[in-house]
Amino acid sequence: MADIHFTPQLERFLACPPATVEGETVAGVLHRLFDDRPRLKSYILDDQDRLRRHVAVFVNGRPLKDRIRLSDKVGPRDRIDVLQALSGG
Amino acid sequence: MTDTILVASRKGLLTLDAWSGALEDIAFRADPVSAVLDDPRDGCRYAALKLGHFGVKLHRRDPDGAWKEVAVPVLPKGDAEDAPSLEMIWTMETGGADQPGTLWAGTLPAALFRSDDRGESWQIVESLWDLPERPKWFGGGYDHAGIHSLLVDPRDPDRLTIGISCGGIWRSADAGRSWRVAGKGLVADYMPPEQKEDPNIQDPHRLHASAADPDVVWCQHHNGIFRSADGGDSFERLHAPVSSFGFAVVADPNDPGTAWFAPAEKDERRIPVEQRFIVNRARQGGKAWDSFDEGLPQPPAFDLVYRHAMDISHDGSLIAMGSTTGSLWLGEEGGSRWRQLSANLPPIAQVAFGKV
Repeated sequence: MADIHFTPQLERFLACPPATVEGETVAGVLHRLFDDRPRLKSYILDDQDRLRRHVAVFVNGRPLKDRIRLSDKVGPRDRIDVLQALSGG
Repeated sequence: MTDTILVASRKGLLTLDAWSGALEDIAFRADPVSAVLDDPRDGCRYAALKLGHFGVKLHRRDPDGAWKEVAVPVLPKGDAEDAPSLEMIWTMETGGADQPGTLWAGTLPAALFRSDDRGESWQIVESLWDLPERPKWFGGGYDHAGIHSLLVDPRDPDRLTIGISCGGIWRSADAGRSWRVAGKGLVADYMPPEQKEDPNIQDPHRLHASAADPDVVWCQHHNGIFRSADGGDSFERLHAPVSSFGFAVVADPNDPGTAWFAPAEKDERRIPVEQRFIVNRARQGGKAWDSFDEGLPQPPAFDLVYRHAMDISHDGSLIAMGSTTGSLWLGEEGGSRWRQLSANLPPIAQVAFGKV
């Protein structure tokens, strides 16, 4: 279980209130959340369920180590932040 | 309607009055729009976004005027860690007149998708994705090959012709269940000598069929201009004045012998020749040519017209053209006179006359 928060930039496209979600890994937390919010998935993950290249995820302030399988462990009261990388023009 | 020009730009979908250039609407303000499609069968409009952070999205505007996000094509799961993900919807087309709600989408990486429910769901055309020749395709300006041209035969919508950079021209006679490579006669000067005429690695920048005769297909290719009289199976190489390099082509809906091009200097110098921007018109199937500059910018001009950034009105009386430096023009009198509608737009991916 973890608390997950999203960049306000996502609010331009869809509602993204913070949530507390079951799961032992970042992938587990996200996929459980996507069950309730199916539109959100394609904004965060690509077609192969990897983290999108220009999306950044932090667990308790540390950058996600496994951007491909999102296997980083999370425990109770951990915080996941889904942010956007600085890019574009 | 011909009275409006849609501009898919780096900073939104713009709707302008075709005559005055007045900006009538901005949708998806500041977001990159890669393709737009009007469906006159049901009055819907589609806009494909290429969000820098959050990926490819597709929106549909129903006749009541409200935009709604719909499904986006998804590439099949792959075993490799670097298996591809969708990067862009490069082009969209409507199915046949008797197939309401059927849409086709060509993407980057090169895949063809079909929807039969106005974009609510998409199915990949597996027969194309699984072609044994596909691994030989490669990107032209992008990391992956992509499908940018979709020709749906108005006489039989099961007959499809697609253009791939760089994967040649492929045709299907059975709505995409099977495919055969076409494009005999195309020449790729960027390949080793023995592979220059391999149809599977050609880089057709853009295909456009004549509404007057759908068997006539004009091709602006990486290495020149080609014309087919047999639906794209075989091509004759043509030679335009000033330069035969470019990206865009539009065919005259009234005369299969006429088409327009926006030349640039050459592949490694994608700017107007001597910075003088012109439009070329082929007549008599490319036996005769005209170059026009009236109303177009004089040197120094750096405008480049991307492959979807030229459109011709249904009746052939008007041509709209936009550039990567944000200029938009309206061409009249067979493209011999041009009028600048704006010089201050974002980089333009596509222009299209409104049809709904």
